[in-house]
Amino acid sequence: MVTARYYEERLQEEYLEGKQPAFDISAGPIPGELHLAAGHEASGAGVCAHLRDDDTVTAPHRPHHIAIAKGVDLKRMTAEIFGRETGLGKGKGGHMHLFDPDVNFACSGIIAQGCPPAVGAALAAKKRNTDGVAVAFLGEGAIDQGAFLESLNFASVQNLPVVFVVEDNDWAISMPKGRVTDVADGSKRADGFELHGARVDHDDVVDVYEAAETAIGRARDGNGPSLLEVQVHRRMGHFMGDPEEYRTDEDVERHHARDSIERLADDLRKHGVDDDELDSLREDAHERVDHAIDWAKEQPEPDPAAAYEDVYANPVARTGTEPRATAESDGGED
Amino acid sequence: MAQKTTSTGRELTMSRAMVEAVADEMREDEEVFLMGEDVADYGGIFSSATGLREEFGYDRVMDVPISETSYIGAGVGAAQAGMRPIVELMFADFFGVAMDQIYNNMAKNTYMSGGAVNVPMVLTTAVGGTYNDAAQHSQTLYGTFAHLPGMKVVVPSTAHDAKGLMHSAIRDDDPVVYMFHKRLMGLGWMPSPDGPKTEVPEDPYAIPFGEADVKREGEDATVVTLGLHVHRAMDAAEALAEDGIDAEVVDLRTLTPLDTETVLESVRKTGRLVVVDEDYHSYGVTGEIVSVAAEDALADLEAVERVALPDVPIPYARPLENEVIPDADDIAAAVRATQE
Repeated sequence: MVTARYYEERLQEEYLEGKQPAFDISAGPIPGELHLAAGHEASGAGVCAHLRDDDTVTAPHRPHHIAIAKGVDLKRMTAEIFGRETGLGKGKGGHMHLFDPDVNFACSGIIAQGCPPAVGAALAAKKRNTDGVAVAFLGEGAIDQGAFLESLNFASVQNLPVVFVVEDNDWAISMPKGRVTDVADGSKRADGFELHGARVDHDDVVDVYEAAETAIGRARDGNGPSLLEVQVHRRMGHFMGDPEEYRTDEDVERHHARDSIERLADDLRKHGVDDDELDSLREDAHERVDHAIDWAKEQPEPDPAAAYEDVYANPVARTGTEPRATAESDGGED
Repeated sequence: MAQKTTSTGRELTMSRAMVEAVADEMREDEEVFLMGEDVADYGGIFSSATGLREEFGYDRVMDVPISETSYIGAGVGAAQAGMRPIVELMFADFFGVAMDQIYNNMAKNTYMSGGAVNVPMVLTTAVGGTYNDAAQHSQTLYGTFAHLPGMKVVVPSTAHDAKGLMHSAIRDDDPVVYMFHKRLMGLGWMPSPDGPKTEVPEDPYAIPFGEADVKREGEDATVVTLGLHVHRAMDAAEALAEDGIDAEVVDLRTLTPLDTETVLESVRKTGRLVVVDEDYHSYGVTGEIVSVAAEDALADLEAVERVALPDVPIPYARPLENEVIPDADDIAAAVRATQE
C-alpha cells in the first residue's frame, strides 16, 4: 500500500513535468492519460495477498495499486508507463495496457472489459482441474456494463473460480453513484445471479483481507464465484488534469479524511510495531519506487521500426504491417 | 504441413469437412474446446458442430448463455491462459453486441503486450445472404473484420479448403476469424450450389494462410473473389467462355493475410481486373484489391470493375435481395465491360 501510494505520488510529479505552464496531455515524460488510484490501495493489497503467481488478475484503467499488489515487475511496468523499449509491452501498451504473464496480470482501458477474460482464465483453471482462481477488478462505475453483468451470469452458471472486486470510490468521472444506480450496495447484484456477495463499507485492509479470504477461498475450493464490493476513496481526479469542478470541497475532504494507510499504521502501532520499523518499511518502499523510476527513465525509447512488430505471434507476410515505402524509418529521431 | 493431394474419392459438404477438422484437433489436443450458442445438442444452427458433443461431451462442447460479450471475452481469457478455444458467433451480424471483446481484446492484446501474451483462439461465424433473412442476418462483413489489425480472417469456399483452413486456424497462435458462408455449408434446408461439396482427404492437412487459389486459369480478365461468389464467378466464367472470353478466377481464401502476389501475377497477365464481393461496396474488399493492383501493377491495368453489394442494408423481399446481391450475370457483365 505504501509502495503504491508513493509510486503514484512520484508518477504524478513525473507526469506534470513538461506539462507546465499549460497542461498539454501529450507533453512531458509520461504522455497520454494517467489514472491514479490513491485511496484505493486497501482493495488491491487486501485481495491480492491471497493470490499466487498462477492466479489471474484483470484490472481496469486505474491499475497501478493492483499491479503492485499482484507482484508485477515494477521496473518494467514503470518503463512501460514511460514508453520505453524495455517496458512490459515494449512501449506499445502504456499505463492502461500492462501485461505481465509471469504473474498473470493484465489491465485494459474500457469499463468492465476485463471481466470476460477473467471468467475465461477461471474457465481454463476449471477445465485443467487446477485450484487456480481469477480476480476481475472494476470500478463501481462499471457495474452497469453488460460485460460485467454477463460475466456474473456466465461465471454463475458455469460455477467458475472467479471473484469480481468492485472498487467503489463514489465517482464515475463526474457522475456520483446515486445518479446512475438506485442500488447503493453493488454487491447485491450477486443476488440476482445466485452467487456469493459481500460489501466492505470501509477500506481497512484487514477487513478487505478477511472478506477476500472468504471469496477467494470459495473459488479455490470449487464453491463458485463471488462479488465483493469495497468502499475506497478517490484522493485524486479521474485522470491527471481533471479539474474536478463537479466535486464539493466537503466531498474532497471526506475522501482525504480517512486514509487506509494511516489507519493501518495505527493498527500496527497498537500491535507493538514501533515507529522505527514503520519508517524502515516506508524507506524500503520509497527506495524501491525511486529505483524503478530512475531505471525506467534510463531505458531507451523504442525504435520506430518496432511499431510494425508484434501484431501477430505468427507474423503474416502482408498486409499494411510493413513501414510505408515512402516514409523510411529515420532511426528514431523526432 | 503440406497440403495432401491424395484423392480418396470421398466427397463431403463444407460443414462436415469443418467439423472433421475440429474433431481431429480436439482428439489431438485436450486444450482445444468449442463453445457457442446451440453447439451442444443442436450441433450448431448451421451444422458447424454436428456430432461433436456426442463424441466429446458437454465440457468440451459447451452451450453458453446468449451473451456474446461474456463468452467471446472468456475465450480470450482462456486463450491467453494457453488453451485453444473455438468460439462461435452464430451470425457475423451479431458482432455488434460483442465487438469490444473482439477488436479491443482478442485482436490487440498481443500487440499491446509487446508479444508477451498471445491469443490462440478461433472465432467462427456464419455469414452471407441469398435466403431472404433481411438486414440483420445476411451480411458478410468481410471488410469490417479484415480492416481491423490483429485478427487473421479466413473465408473458405469449398469443403476441401474448409477442412485445411480449420486445421490451420486451430493450430495458429493468433486469433483467427473463420467466416463460413451459410449457403455453402450443404444444409438440407438451404441447398448449396454445386461447387462447395468436394473431395476431402480423410487425414488431417493444413492449408497455409495467405495462399489464394486460382480456381480457373484464363487470359482475358482476372476475377478476384471469395466465399459464395467464387462459385458464382465460376458460373460466370463458363458463360463467358461460350462467348470466347477467357476469365481467370482467383479465390482469396484468406483476407488477412492477403495473397497479393497471386492477384498481381494474374492482373499482370490479363490487364483486366474484376473484384467481386458480397460485402458492401465502399471501404471494403473490392477497394482494397483494386488498390493493391493500382499500387503495384498500375502500368498493366487496362480496366477495372467492382461488383459488390450497393451501400444499402440488405432487403428482405426476394426481388429486392436478388437486386443487391451480385449474381453470375452481374459478374459476367462486369467482365464484358472490361473487354470493351
